Amino acid sequence: MADSNANRDDGAFPKAARQVIRGIFQSAPSGGGIAGQKSGLTWAVHLSVLFLVFLWLFPTVGLFVSSFRTGDQIASSGWWSSLSTQELQNPAIRLSGDEVQQGDLFVIEGNIFEEPGPSILSWGTSSRAIDAFGPGDTSELTRDRTVTLEADGSFRFTALESQEGSRLPRVFTTTESPPEFTFENYNLMLFDENNSEGMARAFFNTLTVTIPATIIPILVAAFAAYALAWMEFPGRALLVAFVVGLLVVPLQLALIPLLKLHLGIGIGKGYLGVWLAHTGFGLPLAIYLLRNYMVGLPRDIIENARVDGATEFQIFTKIILPLSFPALASFAILQFLWTWNDLLVARVFLIDASGQTTVMTNQIVELLGTRGGNWEILATAAFISIIVPLCVFFAMQRYLVRGLLAGSVK
Amino acid sequence: MHPAILGLATIVVGVGTCLAYFYFSNIVLDRFIFPAKGPNAGRNINRANVVRPWLFLFPALFALTLYLAYPVVETLRLSLLDRDQGNAFVGLANYQQMFADPKFWEAMRNNVLWLIVVPATSTAFGLIVAQLTDRIRWGSIAKSLIFMPMAISFVGASVIWKLVYDARPAGTDQIGVLNAIYIWFGGTEPVTWLTVPFWNNFFLMVVLIWIQTGFAMVILSAALRGIPEDTVEAAIIDGAGPFQIFFKIKVPQIMTTIVVVWTTITIATLKVFDIVFAMTNGQWETQVLANYMFDKLFRANDWGVGSASAIIIMLMVTPILVWNVYNVRKETK
Repeated sequence: MADSNANRDDGAFPKAARQVIRGIFQSAPSGGGIAGQKSGLTWAVHLSVLFLVFLWLFPTVGLFVSSFRTGDQIASSGWWSSLSTQELQNPAIRLSGDEVQQGDLFVIEGNIFEEPGPSILSWGTSSRAIDAFGPGDTSELTRDRTVTLEADGSFRFTALESQEGSRLPRVFTTTESPPEFTFENYNLMLFDENNSEGMARAFFNTLTVTIPATIIPILVAAFAAYALAWMEFPGRALLVAFVVGLLVVPLQLALIPLLKLHLGIGIGKGYLGVWLAHTGFGLPLAIYLLRNYMVGLPRDIIENARVDGATEFQIFTKIILPLSFPALASFAILQFLWTWNDLLVARVFLIDASGQTTVMTNQIVELLGTRGGNWEILATAAFISIIVPLCVFFAMQRYLVRGLLAGSVK
Repeated sequence: MHPAILGLATIVVGVGTCLAYFYFSNIVLDRFIFPAKGPNAGRNINRANVVRPWLFLFPALFALTLYLAYPVVETLRLSLLDRDQGNAFVGLANYQQMFADPKFWEAMRNNVLWLIVVPATSTAFGLIVAQLTDRIRWGSIAKSLIFMPMAISFVGASVIWKLVYDARPAGTDQIGVLNAIYIWFGGTEPVTWLTVPFWNNFFLMVVLIWIQTGFAMVILSAALRGIPEDTVEAAIIDGAGPFQIFFKIKVPQIMTTIVVVWTTITIATLKVFDIVFAMTNGQWETQVLANYMFDKLFRANDWGVGSASAIIIMLMVTPILVWNVYNVRKETK
């Protein structure tokens, strides 16, 4: 208890909310406290957290690993076994090579594998006994022929008469190969221009939707938030309530009326429509977040500026906007994730019959329909769409947390 | 024009127009309409300051009204019309038609199931993780990793979980981990989990719980840290065990935050669409309201019933809406 007290006494003032936020992703200052007192309990805590983290990560890691495996590998074994050696029953391989005469024997030597790598666990010369022999064994065939097969696939075939013109025997092998991963899926989905199912265009379309749809609402909302936070006018409280009310309106309600509107005024389905829709749907949260943040800015700064003769426009652009950067960043991340990951708004307002403007989420849904069993394609496509938000997430996690904390209505 | 250039142009034009609007409207107001000079300078300044808030608010209010407030009214109106009869007023006929549709009741039942299970489970998991990770050294990493699914799209998450639920014919290696475990524990036939009626709903819910737990954890973790330490210390001195401290000291103090998290996840759950759309598309009795609506609007092209089901979603959100507005009104007074 003593050391946790010492830690707390460092700060004479109550912790500000911001410090709490900062603390969420930092570990606790001391190992003391409730859990620390009983070591058995501490172990239980460590183990259960470990278990939960494992549980939460496992599915995503599965997708990630699968995107680096070939379709055959994914279909034949679970991704969790991909890191260990792969045991595989190969299709029959027919021996081939140049015949050499050694004494009274006709000998053919060679390797059944085109590329080295796999090593043979067992083999056979008949489809009814595919694991009759181990590596190094010799199989005696009819007509005094023999086959010896080593673990690395090199073989020695002998016969008493020339095999010229007759078919050589087949071998059935069970091999084990080291773990093998490939970039081929990413090549196919991103850089193959002939692949109509590729993700490259959808990737750029998503980017095209996302960036304006993130930037424009911020500016519009910031001005409104400033007015709601720092300007006196009748009906202000009512307007704040109006914004909070709209915060939870399901956007499902907006689909038909707005599509009708867009078609009516000639915007139709396209980027302009989807930008406007995302702007409209993002505004309540933007205004709410920014207003709450701006209300908390120190009154002195703003009033001093007013006394010094600054116009409201100057106060806003020179003082409020720079000070509100954390709130702006929080909203920007939330809006970015939301527009990047959106399927519904894009399907309704953007994607037309031509399919030229498809976004990644939509592309994946279509792949799920047409290529349901091709996990190498699905996993790669999904991971391409996930990777950008993940990077943003890990780079700017603190702002995201701040936005979520401020954005859940209290 | 290439969409990327179009996008760039839109950013420039959009941002430029916004800035120009705010800048010039203020100048027009101060220099020409109510100039702060001449005989009426004082009165003009006051008048300008009465108008100015509305200059700042206008674009946002216009967009909010057009994109959110008007659609609510318009959807309500559409739900009372029939498009096939030239938009004739048909009263509640669309609602009657919808209430007679067994698919609608299936969607209602599933939505209620989702509303019961998802917010409760996510909040509970979030609370547990928040408490467990609070005092361990690598807790921050653990939180980050559990929080991560928040960044993944519902569609991406659907692909991730479809792989988990995958089933291969009996006798071959299972590549879906759930079936692999099932077989390992002695199951004989692999199960196609998403086609088992009723229970498949829960397999879909897992996806949303997986995503929302991180959100609950983050908010609740902040709340737990905000608890005054002396209340916990007092309980320790009085001989309370760790579980008593958690349930009797900590949880009651963060009850309001728990309610906030619960309602936020409830709203997200009510609107769930992508997961069902991508994983089962409402087959095998997994329909939910949002997907039912999408079905009616864009496949059956029935705007009347589609709008009616949207209104049902709105009605289910309304209590939360009223409660939020009530609280904000109380705060700002």
